[in-house]
Amino acid sequence: MAITRRKFLSWMGAAGVGVTVGKSAQAASNKHFTGYPDGMGVLHDIARCVGCRSCEAACNTVNQLPPPETSFKDLAVLDRKRRTTPAEYTVVNRFDAAGEGSKPIYSKNQCNHCLEPACASACFVKAFSKSEEGAVVYDASVCVGCRYCMIACPFEIPTYEYDKALTPRVMKCTLCHPRVQEGKLPGCVESCPTEALTFGKREDLLKIARERIRRNPDLYIDHIYGEHEMGGTSWLYISNVPFRDIGMREDLGVTPAPALTSGALGSVPIVVGLWPVLLTGIYAISQRKDKVAEEEQALAVEAARTATQDEAAAELKKTLEMKEKEKETAVNMAVKKALEEAAKAQEEAAQAREEAAPEAAPEVQDDKDAKQTEEDS
Amino acid sequence: MEGQIFTLQDFMYSTKSITYLVIVAALILFPIFWRFLTSRDE
Amino acid sequence: MSDTRTPTGGTLLTPFNIVAGLILLIGAVITVLRFTGGLAAVSNLSDYNPWGLWIGFDLLVGVALAAGGFVTSAACYIFGLKRYHSAVRPAILTAFLGYALVVFALHYDVGRPWRLPYPFIVQPGTTSLLFEVGACVALYLTVLFIEYTPAALEWLGLKRARSIVVKLTLLLTIFGVVLSTLHQSSLGALFLIAPSKLHPLWYSAYLPVYFFISAIIAGLSMVIFESSMAHKYFHDKMDDTHLAEADGVALGFGKAASFVLFGYFIIKVVGLAVDNNWHYLVSGWGAWYLVEIIGFVLLPCYLYAVGARDKNVKLIRRTSGLAVLGIVLNRFNISLIAFNYHLPSSERYFPHWMEIGISVFVVTVGVLVYRFIVTHMPILYEHPDYKEEH
Ligand code: SF4
Ligand code: SF4
Ligand code: SF4
Repeated sequence: MAITRRKFLSWMGAAGVGVTVGKSAQAASNKHFTGYPDGMGVLHDIARCVGCRSCEAACNTVNQLPPPETSFKDLAVLDRKRRTTPAEYTVVNRFDAAGEGSKPIYSKNQCNHCLEPACASACFVKAFSKSEEGAVVYDASVCVGCRYCMIACPFEIPTYEYDKALTPRVMKCTLCHPRVQEGKLPGCVESCPTEALTFGKREDLLKIARERIRRNPDLYIDHIYGEHEMGGTSWLYISNVPFRDIGMREDLGVTPAPALTSGALGSVPIVVGLWPVLLTGIYAISQRKDKVAEEEQALAVEAARTATQDEAAAELKKTLEMKEKEKETAVNMAVKKALEEAAKAQEEAAQAREEAAPEAAPEVQDDKDAKQTEEDS
Repeated sequence: MEGQIFTLQDFMYSTKSITYLVIVAALILFPIFWRFLTSRDE
Repeated sequence: MSDTRTPTGGTLLTPFNIVAGLILLIGAVITVLRFTGGLAAVSNLSDYNPWGLWIGFDLLVGVALAAGGFVTSAACYIFGLKRYHSAVRPAILTAFLGYALVVFALHYDVGRPWRLPYPFIVQPGTTSLLFEVGACVALYLTVLFIEYTPAALEWLGLKRARSIVVKLTLLLTIFGVVLSTLHQSSLGALFLIAPSKLHPLWYSAYLPVYFFISAIIAGLSMVIFESSMAHKYFHDKMDDTHLAEADGVALGFGKAASFVLFGYFIIKVVGLAVDNNWHYLVSGWGAWYLVEIIGFVLLPCYLYAVGARDKNVKLIRRTSGLAVLGIVLNRFNISLIAFNYHLPSSERYFPHWMEIGISVFVVTVGVLVYRFIVTHMPILYEHPDYKEEH
């Protein structure tokens, strides 16, 4: 349960590694990774396997697994197809694939130690890691027990201690990582009496496998299982019968597991980057629409109000104009009247002058009167 | 071997770890920037 | 804080309470068995079938059906469809409870539940889709909790705290939509890593998109479905606004669900075309696939459309049940039924009754908490003190 400082700082570590590595990752910008150059592996020559179960026994011993139900000498267990279990990191199965009457085929099954492990890609606490030496190692001290690694593994290898209440672990072959680090051979390889298992650098194993196929083209199928399957595995197989006949899937494809999820993982940051922009934009538009609607409403109200105002103003103006007009008419009339009166007066004055010259004084008086009337109006 | 990446898995591990840190930063920066952008409205 | 009676009246010994009590009792017993005897004691999980009902139903279905929260709050606060306002609170509450129960149920499924925070505090496995799901679910649960708090704060009468939270509404809603987009789709993306185990008719590079779009359908349908349930049992808790808006919500959401279902159908067909999977349609798996697509995508799509055209709220409410079932079926197909399709039947998984027991137990807990909250807090009605606000 102890949380080491290393683990606690792993966030920083993960980022840090990325930064220091920036250059070399860029150098390999075609992003084709070929795995650790000196990774080790095992070549399993199915044509040589005799189904003696020595490897199972050795594996049980070196990994201190619980004792088996029946002895490893008991070959009756081969009558039914078995798979790996928490107590058996490896199992040998018998197949009658070569046809009636001919020798049965035996094949050993265990973790293939993928070059790009699906289990490691899937684990959300990074409990699995591909080591430089080739083994895919598991760290039970961080495992949460979600079993996603088991969903992910295309070879259906990892097993789980379902019967443990509090400390269940994922169990699988370790490629005898501790022994290999000590310079020893994996238990199963060491115990194999027929050299059906060969331990070595994966590159060398591929050469050996090709050489065997080349030398015995009639015996071997021309395919090294694990060379490319799921991006390649550290454990390699050659066989004298088609792999699909001995329970090994040939339809897995060559895409390494991390590549299957990289698209989905890659869209995560894009969603984070663009969704807030898009959503805020939609929000702003809907707000704006509300606002525009509001403004329009306000405008309408305003318009209605100004309309009434205008009407009143127009009325006022009209009245004023009318008054003005009335006034004008009045003036005009007065002027007219005055002029008429003045004209009349003049006529009268002319008449009077004609009648008597000494009556000139009232004429002037009359003139004055006329002027006055004019001014008054 | 320090400083060199040999597997796609390790490459993705380091790039995704950085990406997650970027994501966290983005989630914090978005509201701050939005405030900066709109604080003078009205 | 005024009404503390249960809707069924004074007595506790109603048939509902008795059944619920029994389920809780059985759940408690299974819980003890699970944490003393391990997963083997209560489940049929195996090395071939590491994920069973608790992932297929409690996690995948649970999260999908809780999508109503982000769908409704987005419709109301982001798209500005204010007429759905009365639907937001119940949807947020269901979503919050849904996610809380998902996390609760996960404690049964994972081997060492106390280590669930490890991916975030000890060693992040950033290449895993499950990491992404976990991070988003944890964050979103927090967001939902904050979004839900105004109801609780009103109940408790804490006005100051409430007004702070209400101010954050838009931010929280956007956060919620971003997080929901991510984890809803990532749940589908979980299966991207196992192309050899999931039947090609269900496996697709579009799985994340399918999951996201179908989550929207699930969210819309759940809001309708849940509101029709609530109408039945909590009618007296609803205020006039809620009652007046409820039919509009059903019609609007039904119409939306119909159109989204139509789009979903199209992209499903696109998936067939892109992977050239047509020939599988004539196999047994193909027939099963067609049952899902025709019976649980096209049919609800059509029924919703008829309901929306005829303004037939009843039909829409019934269709919502069908659509919800369709989502359940889809998640089961992907995680259980079409998963490991290549294995012989002897290696296939069928849930142990105790697994079903825990799932029923979890749902019951949810219903009970929901009932407590809607009978006590202002969910289906507006608190009189805060009525004026919008
Ligand atoms: S065979 Fe399975 S368990 Fe082994 S390394 Fe590959 S993915 Fe992991
Ligand atoms: S079960 Fe353990 S090792 Fe496997 S994915 Fe989950 S946390 Fe990782
Ligand atoms: S390599 Fe070691 S752990 Fe793996 S099968 Fe052989 S003996 Fe067992």
